[in-house]
Amino acid sequence: MTAPDTHRAIEAVWRIESAKVIAGLTRIVGDVGLAEDLAQDALVAALERWPESGIPDNPGAWLMATAKHRAIDHVRRDKLLDRKHGELGRDLEARQVSPEADLHAAIDDDVGDDLLRLIFISCHPVLSTEARVALTLRLLGGLTTEEIARAFLVPVPTIAQRIVRAKRTLAEARVPFEVPRGPDRAARLGSVLEVIYLVFNEGYSATAGDDWVRPALCEDALRLGRILAELAPQEPEVHGLVALMEIQASRLRARVGPEGEPVLLLDQDRTRWDHLLIRRGLAALERAEAFGGALGPYGLQAAIAACHARASSPEETDWTRITALYDALAQLAPSPVVELNRAVAFAMAFGPAAGLEIVDALTSEPSLKNYHLLPSVRGDLLAKLGRFDEARVELERAAALTRNARERKLLLDRATHLGESS
Amino acid sequence: MRYLSIYKTIERATPPTQEEMDRMGQLIDEGMKAGWLLGTEGCLPSALGARIRHANGKVTVTDGPFTEAKEVVGGFALLQAGSKAEAIELCKRFLAVAGGDGECEIRQLYEAPALAER
Repeated sequence: MTAPDTHRAIEAVWRIESAKVIAGLTRIVGDVGLAEDLAQDALVAALERWPESGIPDNPGAWLMATAKHRAIDHVRRDKLLDRKHGELGRDLEARQVSPEADLHAAIDDDVGDDLLRLIFISCHPVLSTEARVALTLRLLGGLTTEEIARAFLVPVPTIAQRIVRAKRTLAEARVPFEVPRGPDRAARLGSVLEVIYLVFNEGYSATAGDDWVRPALCEDALRLGRILAELAPQEPEVHGLVALMEIQASRLRARVGPEGEPVLLLDQDRTRWDHLLIRRGLAALERAEAFGGALGPYGLQAAIAACHARASSPEETDWTRITALYDALAQLAPSPVVELNRAVAFAMAFGPAAGLEIVDALTSEPSLKNYHLLPSVRGDLLAKLGRFDEARVELERAAALTRNARERKLLLDRATHLGESS
Repeated sequence: MRYLSIYKTIERATPPTQEEMDRMGQLIDEGMKAGWLLGTEGCLPSALGARIRHANGKVTVTDGPFTEAKEVVGGFALLQAGSKAEAIELCKRFLAVAGGDGECEIRQLYEAPALAER
């Protein structure tokens, strides 16, 4: 194996194993930041040794064992200090375990539990949303700081600092490494789902820049969602979110045209949808529905996406069912954006005038003041009603508001060609 | 990125033992939980299969078993990987659990053009 090959192989092993190693170490040393440092040390050791010795048969176990030795050294060192200073020594004695025994127990325990704990701590509400996203991608997605920075179009030092601060905040707040139970659990899970969906959306529709999609982030989010669905299978909303992401991701290759221009849902070539992902999405939705309770916000959005996925042409879409699902969503998680989507569904089910009525009620909504989809939808509905002059004003306003260059072009094209085909 | 891994091995006359199935079950479980395994199936004996070939405008069907071949397809896996190196590592893992001689051929699957290597 050549040196670059070995290097690539080590990076691959790291990406596969790092979350497990960091999770196991965090349980031992009780500090996410320290655990990551120790895991990084093990990676450095691998980079030094493997090019000479070859990659071991079980590279994951090698990384874990190496990191574990460093953890033992660290705990021992701390314990010595603590003879003078206190805390951790007393802690260990109170638990009546030697570092080694504790460690072996930690290793033997279910890796899945540790991973779930790591997900919850990375998405802890004590951190800002941005910090949660960066930490989750770093610790669970195995992404480098550079990769995260590139994906979010921010400078590398910004992300590096965000991660350092996040780790410090967790340590200072003494956030326990545990899976939350009881009344806290729902809110904590909500925070995890929010982070995963945010990563997905960042990839799905870049809010800035000229790339319509940055699909690598979609893959990262999907991977995190799938992991979570297996680690916390008793949570219907986890399956709802996975279903939503799988179905949305199934349209990735259909929503960009040959010139890189966006293609809207109803104009997409449905044969280009990814049927593997649709099947997975529908299966995840079934899992969410199998609990028998009412669907949560993610489950409802997945159910809406599933209505589109099941229709082999736009005409076959069950718009009446979609309006009912939006009604439920608007009650459960009311927001102007949901209301806008509800308007689109109403227009499809009951005609453009019905949709416009809902949209018009939104035009004074302050939170949508700079939201390009409002004038975009309104322009569409006005055009369908033959009110082209008003429609043009709305489409041009939408073009001025969007931050996506390709979308701007699409909107301006539509404004120019109003009335030509209808 | 998505890879198809086609597993080829020497066909044997006996079904896998319980222990072999348990070990493989554990790996599959791990793969599903870690998100890198999208799907996998193992093949029944090639005696139950057939080869359908189109050549020179003619279709010929050859029933299994495929005794002339040293190694036959034993199963497949659909892998989600961040790079080709990652897919290779995952296959090494599978081969170690599968035991004996065998080979995985991995092929990257067509996806949206934007899905480039990171």
